[in-house]
Amino acid sequence: MELIAVNLIDGLVTGLLLFMLSAGLTLIFSMMGVLNFAHASFYMLGAYFAFQISVFLGFWMGLLIAPVIVGVLGALVERYGLRRVHQYGHVPELIFTFGLALLIEELVQFIWGKSAMPYEIPEILQFTAFSIAGNAIPAYKIFMIFTSVAIFLVLLYILTRTRVGLIIQAALSYPKTVEALGHNVPLVFMGVFGVGTALAGVAGVIAGPVLSTFPGMAFVLGSIVFVTIVIGGLGSLGGALVASLIIGWLTTFSKAYNVRMEDILNGIGFTTPDPIWDSAWRDLWTLTSPQIADILPYILMVLILVFRPYGLFGKRQA
Amino acid sequence: MKNTTMRGLSAALAVAISATAVYAENIKIAFIDPLSGPFAATGNQGLATFKFAADELVNKEGGVLDGQNFEIVAFDNKISPKESLIQLQVAIDQGIRFIAQGNSSGVANALTDAIDKHNRRNPDNQVIFLNYAAVDPALTNDKCNFWHFRFDANADIKMDALTDVIAADDGVEKVYIIGQDYSFGKAVAAAAVKFLGEKRPDVEIVGNELHPIGKVKDFTPYARKIMASEADLVITGNWGADMLNLGKSVLENGFEGPIYTYYGAADGITAAFGESGVGSLRVVGEGQINPPVSDRAAAFVTGFKEAYPDTDPAQPRIANVVEMLAKAINEAGTATDMAQVAYALEGMEHDSIWGTKLKMREIDHQIIQDVHIQAHTDDVQFDYDNSGFGLKAEDTVTMAAADAATTCKMKRP
Repeated sequence: MELIAVNLIDGLVTGLLLFMLSAGLTLIFSMMGVLNFAHASFYMLGAYFAFQISVFLGFWMGLLIAPVIVGVLGALVERYGLRRVHQYGHVPELIFTFGLALLIEELVQFIWGKSAMPYEIPEILQFTAFSIAGNAIPAYKIFMIFTSVAIFLVLLYILTRTRVGLIIQAALSYPKTVEALGHNVPLVFMGVFGVGTALAGVAGVIAGPVLSTFPGMAFVLGSIVFVTIVIGGLGSLGGALVASLIIGWLTTFSKAYNVRMEDILNGIGFTTPDPIWDSAWRDLWTLTSPQIADILPYILMVLILVFRPYGLFGKRQA
Repeated sequence: MKNTTMRGLSAALAVAISATAVYAENIKIAFIDPLSGPFAATGNQGLATFKFAADELVNKEGGVLDGQNFEIVAFDNKISPKESLIQLQVAIDQGIRFIAQGNSSGVANALTDAIDKHNRRNPDNQVIFLNYAAVDPALTNDKCNFWHFRFDANADIKMDALTDVIAADDGVEKVYIIGQDYSFGKAVAAAAVKFLGEKRPDVEIVGNELHPIGKVKDFTPYARKIMASEADLVITGNWGADMLNLGKSVLENGFEGPIYTYYGAADGITAAFGESGVGSLRVVGEGQINPPVSDRAAAFVTGFKEAYPDTDPAQPRIANVVEMLAKAINEAGTATDMAQVAYALEGMEHDSIWGTKLKMREIDHQIIQDVHIQAHTDDVQFDYDNSGFGLKAEDTVTMAAADAATTCKMKRP
């Protein structure tokens, strides 16, 4: 029972981290129709910049400065890269971001090398917040939860309650009309891209110390972010949040409990073949949930695409 | 003007020719390992150690035979078995007779087969395989051959030594085994279960688990399971990012017992663990760096750090490879008749710079040496990753697994 509470917290942390990445990605997609393959690379840049800054100025300055640098970089990429490619259609845009992802990974390896960086949790957060039945919950996890929730609330407020949010929402659906009303829509696009990548940067800064800062960190998270926004519904912030949490809990619980396929199949009424190693279905019978935990989100995505192609919270689109 | 160019060219040519004339005397060792891509850090570290050991332990001591020097020639195999076979052919075509390789047992399996075949077909042009790190037990069992020599303790020997130390600790009641889901991870788990069952049948194995290799973002759920199982210690064969992330996650979530690893040090891992690994992280392996066993060993490490400040001699056995090869060539009196050199190398006993006795077993060409359980600590003379932390020998199993059985049936020329 206590373990369930612990796993709920762990899954929440994973989910919220995923949300910070997918929030930016889904915003960018809904605005420009571009799937930004380099999004996870900006997450990696955030971690590396923050590590470098933390060496000189400490963790907290890294948390403040690194996302800003990443955001500015993102805005520049939009202004001088994507905007030029935009006129040639979506495929060149996709290829552009894909190339950018490879380029960033190589650059990171070139500058910082291939080994993991000693990026550490700040000392002030190096204690156990509380324990549930002997399972320590590090204070840093609580810090991660609060940071991401705060960011979600701020985003929600800006998008729904302010004038800027109004213009962004309007530019989402009717860019031509908004432009005709005298708003600078390309500037809005650049801003959204910058903020989206800065969000990824924040995720990198706070994930770097716990998930380790190494050149493969973008690759490990890259595909799961797309799965999240497809499940949540492309362009929906609320959908991204719900999907992130579902994925976080789904993977955490299936890793934490050794559910065996054999038990499930027996429960349905199949009998275990004997001897099991001669059976053609051997691999299926010997599966355990931790082994397939990381593909469960992909299975969920396929199911969503079959039964609700526009995602959980997506608007039906042509 | 043209005249000057011509004169300059011919001068350069003359220098080049005389240079080749000098180098022709060198005994070349082909180093075939990843020098680019994700495993480049380990490959380059091995290359640096080989170069330094060849210069320091052989060339500066006057070389072998009548003053011939060792020269390390690097080939990048991108850790692909296919690419390795191409590089092997290139090396052989360049007249190189000694092949050193270590990263990935998959590559070693491909190379040992190819070298065996090559040597049977080309008796005048044979080569010797110096395996300095590939630890798949099969290489000195079912797949053994006369030309392959392993200088690292294989996975079974390491586990044998590790379980000796665990078995001696009466406080141990529950053990958790976790590894990457592929052949090596499974081999480690199987060896742990086997040896623990023999030596301490009362110890309960509370977890034996494989996770996807290189794909796990967050090890927290695994760490929770380990905590929930109330294990006294954790054994893992993980390497690279999987090693670092698993270890950090387990420690962060409150585990305080020892974590026994095969590859929990150097190449950034030591620095990334830092203070958090002290008291828990252990590495089983050969080669005692701390405390240094002799002035000679200390001088070797100091000299290496001066020559290559960004890397560490984290594979100390490479010094043994170089010294034993030099000794074998001197004993055989030839660097061209490989069968003679191989006969000199098998059965050789040698005193390592790292303080252990070395014996290359005739029966399977597996070296027998002291295996250490080393602790991650800041109480060291020589650190890794310039981090202030390093490995210090804590327990030593003398001549580990010296009488271990082998299935090797070696055919000798």
